[in-house]
Amino acid sequence: MSDAILKIKNLKIEFKSGKETVQPIRGVNFELKKGETLGVVGESGSGKSVTSLAIMGLLPERTSKIVDGEINFKGNDITNLKEKQYRKIRGNEISMIFQEPMTSLNPVFTIGQQLSEPLRQHRNMSKKEIEKAVINVLNQVGIPRAEQIINEYPHQLSGGMRQRVMISLALLCEPDLMIADEPTTALDVTIQAQILELMKNIKQENDMSLLLITHDLGVVAEMCDRVVVMYAGEIVEVAEINELFNEPLHPYTRGLIDSMPTQNTRKERLYSIRGQVPRPNEITKGCVFANRCPLAFSKCFEETPPVFARDDHLSKCWLQNTKEGEVV
Amino acid sequence: MLDFVIKRFLQVIVVVFLALTVVFFLIRLAGDPTTLFLPPDAPREQIEEYRELLGYNRPLYVQYGDFMYNAIQGDFGESLRSQEDALGIVLDRLPATFQLAITSLILALFIAIPLGVLSAYKRNTVFDRIGVGLTVVGQAVPSFWLGLILIFLFAAQLQLLPSGGGGTPVHMILPTLTLAAYSVARFTRFTRSAMLDVLQKDYIRTAKASGVPTMRLIMRYALRNSLIPIITLVALDLGVLLGGAVITEAVFSWPGVGRLLWQSLMNRDFPIVLAGVFIIALIYAIINFVADILYAYVNPQIRVK
Repeated sequence: MSDAILKIKNLKIEFKSGKETVQPIRGVNFELKKGETLGVVGESGSGKSVTSLAIMGLLPERTSKIVDGEINFKGNDITNLKEKQYRKIRGNEISMIFQEPMTSLNPVFTIGQQLSEPLRQHRNMSKKEIEKAVINVLNQVGIPRAEQIINEYPHQLSGGMRQRVMISLALLCEPDLMIADEPTTALDVTIQAQILELMKNIKQENDMSLLLITHDLGVVAEMCDRVVVMYAGEIVEVAEINELFNEPLHPYTRGLIDSMPTQNTRKERLYSIRGQVPRPNEITKGCVFANRCPLAFSKCFEETPPVFARDDHLSKCWLQNTKEGEVV
Repeated sequence: MLDFVIKRFLQVIVVVFLALTVVFFLIRLAGDPTTLFLPPDAPREQIEEYRELLGYNRPLYVQYGDFMYNAIQGDFGESLRSQEDALGIVLDRLPATFQLAITSLILALFIAIPLGVLSAYKRNTVFDRIGVGLTVVGQAVPSFWLGLILIFLFAAQLQLLPSGGGGTPVHMILPTLTLAAYSVARFTRFTRSAMLDVLQKDYIRTAKASGVPTMRLIMRYALRNSLIPIITLVALDLGVLLGGAVITEAVFSWPGVGRLLWQSLMNRDFPIVLAGVFIIALIYAIINFVADILYAYVNPQIRVK
């Protein structure tokens, strides 16, 4: 597809810890189209954040390595880009919002000093122009009295405000792609809704693509066009948003949806997927989800399922192995 | 802010008062000074007469009250040896001590901070391992031993530098090196660990994600945060250095407060010891006071409170 801004092809990442090596990401494929909001969903340890750090080129240098695959951004392979060239992309063409607004801002510099940084690095602007741009972007994310805020320190702002500052930091150079790693997880529910709404508007106004990493299916339903479901370092399902909720094909996705608390009815007991995500070093043969899957049969423990496609709906489950793609 | 300054000023007074009190009673354990000033076979009456003259025959608490009463007015008495104003003698020696302390501190900082930063940045490499090893050695080597070795090498063997005394800049080289060695080791280790800690923080990742180059990331974004704990350490060390590096000054016959104190203790010249302790305690307390203000400058979270 030519309109894809980001293509991840067969990405494999290796982590070294001591003498052991583990592969937290094993053959991940997905695409993000221009102007699209793509959700990446999964439990903790599924490899969502590692994937996003890999796209930013921010994987820990000494302990991790991309062993195979390609990250293609706007038609260029950026997988093995030199640090110096990667720096030109970071904060400029791709920017990132992190999970923890409380600790993601430097406590000893003012908001203005920190927000000036991307412009200083990527744009040839005077101090005055930078200040103007910073105030502008702060207004855009709905921060009142921006002229004063730029002289304040992070600890003087609330969590919601700080996350707005983080968003404005990511916005400054008008990136083509914004990655948001659990942007609302650390916030109060009411603030969460505000921030999501803000991100939605900003994405539209700035004509960006958004990669939204979250474990919250509610957030996904609210924000995304398409969803990638990750489990234990693999993608188990990719689908358009409505289709995913109406007809989830992978038992893991179904489990995730069933575990969502519903608003109006009180269930007797909240559904939960039994067991835990296997650690990367525990993964052997067969399907990664087999040991927790309520529908697993013998084949699931023997052979790793390939990706089955039903139009644009992909899933990695042996149950899809029928001509019509019907669930048995 | 004014509140803070007043509060800290009161603390300075308390610290100095307590230091004087403790030392006043402690040095009495060393014995009566009068015997040292008279020949060993002096007759009993003469000793008593001398004690009477100096007031050492009075009860200890009376002497203490008397001492405090005068000390508050800045009078620490006269040296038992030279009959000159004790405080004056100490103050005369202060510039030499300052000179040595400031030079070695600056030297130490200029070596230690870049070394610590580099060590942290290149952590677990050969460079870092060697650096850590050297700092451990630096901290373990006692300064009197290092001083003697330096004298042996550069004064006795190579005959390049004077072994002791004061006056010219050349005289400063060996004592400065000796004093700085320990501080370098301490500061380097501390900078390294503070830096390692900061480099793992989320806000460093944020800066990286904004496209900040590595050098700028370290020198601006990380170092400033690492400096917060280092300031405390520097203040403590500077206090020790300014208080007269007693042993180093003695080894190199450096005419500073440290050597004066050491000599006066040997002579039981109590007024000088107490005047010296007064000055040292005062300097120590003031430096920590300044460090607190610097702290607030570097760390805005304190400033607001």
